Amino acid sequence: MESNVQDREYMCSGHVGCPGCGAAIAMRFLLKALGEKTVMVIPACCWSIIAGPYPQSTLRVPVLHTAFETGGAVASGVRAALDLQGDRETTVVTWAGDGGTFDIGFQALSGAVERNEDFIYVCYDNEAYMNTGVQRSSSTPYGAWTTTTPGQEWKKLRKKNIVEALVAHRIPYAATASIAFPEDLMRKVHKAKGIRGSRFLHIYASCPTGWRLPSELAVKIARMAVQTNIFPLYEVENGVRYTINYMPKGYLVREYFKLQGRFKHLTDADLEEIQRMVDEDWELLLRKAGLSPGAAGPIATPSRASVPFRG
Amino acid sequence: MKKVVEGSHAVSEAVRLCRVQVISAYPITPQTHIVERLSEFCSNGSLKAKFLRVESEHSAMAALIGAASAGVRTFTATSSQGLALMHELLHWASGARLPIVMAEVNRALAPGWNIWTDQTDSLAQRDTGWIQIYCEDAQEALDSTIQAYKLAETVFLPVMVILDAFFLSHTYEPVDIPDQSDVDRFLPPFRPSFRLDTRAPAAFNQLSPPNVYMEMRRDLQDAMESALHALLSIDDEYRSFFGRSYGAVEAVHCDDADIIFVTSGTISSTCRLVVEKLRRDGEKIGLLKMRLFRPFPYSLVKQWTLKARKLAVIDRNFSFGASGIFAQEIRAALCNEPKRPLVFGYVAGLGGRDVTPELLEEIYWKTKTSAHPESESLWMGLQHPAPAA
Ligand SMILES: Cc1ncc(C[n+]2csc(CCOP(=O)(O)OP(=O)(O)O)c2C)c(N)n1
Ligand code: SF4
Repeated sequence: MESNVQDREYMCSGHVGCPGCGAAIAMRFLLKALGEKTVMVIPACCWSIIAGPYPQSTLRVPVLHTAFETGGAVASGVRAALDLQGDRETTVVTWAGDGGTFDIGFQALSGAVERNEDFIYVCYDNEAYMNTGVQRSSSTPYGAWTTTTPGQEWKKLRKKNIVEALVAHRIPYAATASIAFPEDLMRKVHKAKGIRGSRFLHIYASCPTGWRLPSELAVKIARMAVQTNIFPLYEVENGVRYTINYMPKGYLVREYFKLQGRFKHLTDADLEEIQRMVDEDWELLLRKAGLSPGAAGPIATPSRASVPFRG
Repeated sequence: MKKVVEGSHAVSEAVRLCRVQVISAYPITPQTHIVERLSEFCSNGSLKAKFLRVESEHSAMAALIGAASAGVRTFTATSSQGLALMHELLHWASGARLPIVMAEVNRALAPGWNIWTDQTDSLAQRDTGWIQIYCEDAQEALDSTIQAYKLAETVFLPVMVILDAFFLSHTYEPVDIPDQSDVDRFLPPFRPSFRLDTRAPAAFNQLSPPNVYMEMRRDLQDAMESALHALLSIDDEYRSFFGRSYGAVEAVHCDDADIIFVTSGTISSTCRLVVEKLRRDGEKIGLLKMRLFRPFPYSLVKQWTLKARKLAVIDRNFSFGASGIFAQEIRAALCNEPKRPLVFGYVAGLGGRDVTPELLEEIYWKTKTSAHPESESLWMGLQHPAPAA
């Protein structure tokens, strides 16, 4: 297959992310798709460190580091200032973790997209507060261990559906993407770049450190998340038009859970319960996309024959 | 041109004259009139600014941090709970050396809910690295706002221009509004050497380890110290343009005074009347009005107070477990002087309680007849006195 990935790198080697860090991979592809006319706003997260200490920078675009909860608001201000100076060409991007997006930064994000501020907000989702040492966030999935959900206190609440929360604001564009599907990811970044108004990208970015996962499995696990419907790839335009970008092969979620230390306490019954939740969410998504779960063909919920993973 | 305007609108006029480019604000009484008038200016085209109608004070300041980092002149206004909510970002603004200007209308903090004047909100931000200027009347509020931009853009620190709730924000006074062309000559366009620029990519506000952080803080302190001199020379230049100046402090009859009142904000006006009356009665009384609180004008405070026997500091604010904040700072300024006046720290007018000429006279006589202050803070005008210990 011909590659549409450009050679130019906007991220330098030598950054201090952990080996296999999905967030580092995600940034690299994001910037390849955006190009140099980009201003990055980074609230507190792992990327506050990965981007390099004073006086260095890992990125070849201007970066404004900012307070944890301000991603939506700071980007609004940067955009306003660029507009006033007649610069309509530069894309303003907020790059935040799940904590900075789902939790503490949600107010500023909701405020900004309600105003339809003209910027791309990217949440790289590693499903916990990693920078502070793996504490639960509202993105942490049902079943996960974290340092604040240890032992039998593992998280017994579902992950907040952030894309739906953004879609409810009727923003022009919201999409999910994964580091395991870089071409799809870059296509979505490109598409977002060409749209005016608030755009939201939810990127699944594995965290070997926090997930208790061998670093060489970082991309594989991200692919499995998509293939099991744990993290479906889809786009929503103007809050209503759903497009599903990847149809599952029918893999069982238990394979995905097995590889990660953060789920090792789960029993068969727990895994069945999680499978039920994933199926339920997938069916809901199919209905939103105008596809019926019961129908025949590749669109339908896959049969659960134990198809081996080839990822 | 002289016009009768509300104190709040004097600030709005100044912001318009300064050609501010990005305004971002969230409503809170008694600050709202300032930004409402600015919204009007933006909508009728008399100010070409982008007005961001954000969802909180926290985001208001965050948005200005973004805008100022991208190189434009910015403004917001707030009060009380709004300022408290902004606290974290006040540090970001000064640490990032952004010349943001904010009008802060002094209002008491809840509970109980109280919308009236009290300086505890702004003084609680004294360690955030913001320059603080306290205003006595609407003219001074307008002039201070214009000066604030020049000062902020000279030393690269944010400036808070502070007004008393209602006594100043909602009072109509004749105010001389300068001509746009004169303000344009006084205040050139904002063109910072560093800003977010895709042609010269750089990272701002990033991780700063122990080997650099302390020097950055020291640089900030150097900028703060230079702000006193900068303010005085900007104030002089302002006089040559507009015929008005205020200094960092104002000393009235301090040369030969035995007792000096130390005030800030609108209480200074009431105090002027009391001082003139007592002078007519032969009392050797003076008034030191504190306009600049950060940087603290140590040298000027010493210059004007060291010859007096007693100071009566009026604090419309309180630091719990300690005393009024101006009193603390004045004591600290004088403590190494071998011969220094006694400092009487009076707490008065909290939550908008009226500080009348009678109360100020009572304070004067109490100071004159007491050999020594009976405690660190002397609460005046209370309806029930403190229970015996
Ligand atoms: C107001 C505030 N509270 C707490 C913190 C500490 N803090 C810094 S980063 C972080 C977690 C970030 O988590 P997330 O957004 O998920 O990004 P990640 O670290 O996982 O990349 C926290 C809690 C902070 N910087 N500011
Ligand atoms: S902790 Fe996780 S997200 Fe953070 S740098 Fe390491 S791998 Fe990346």
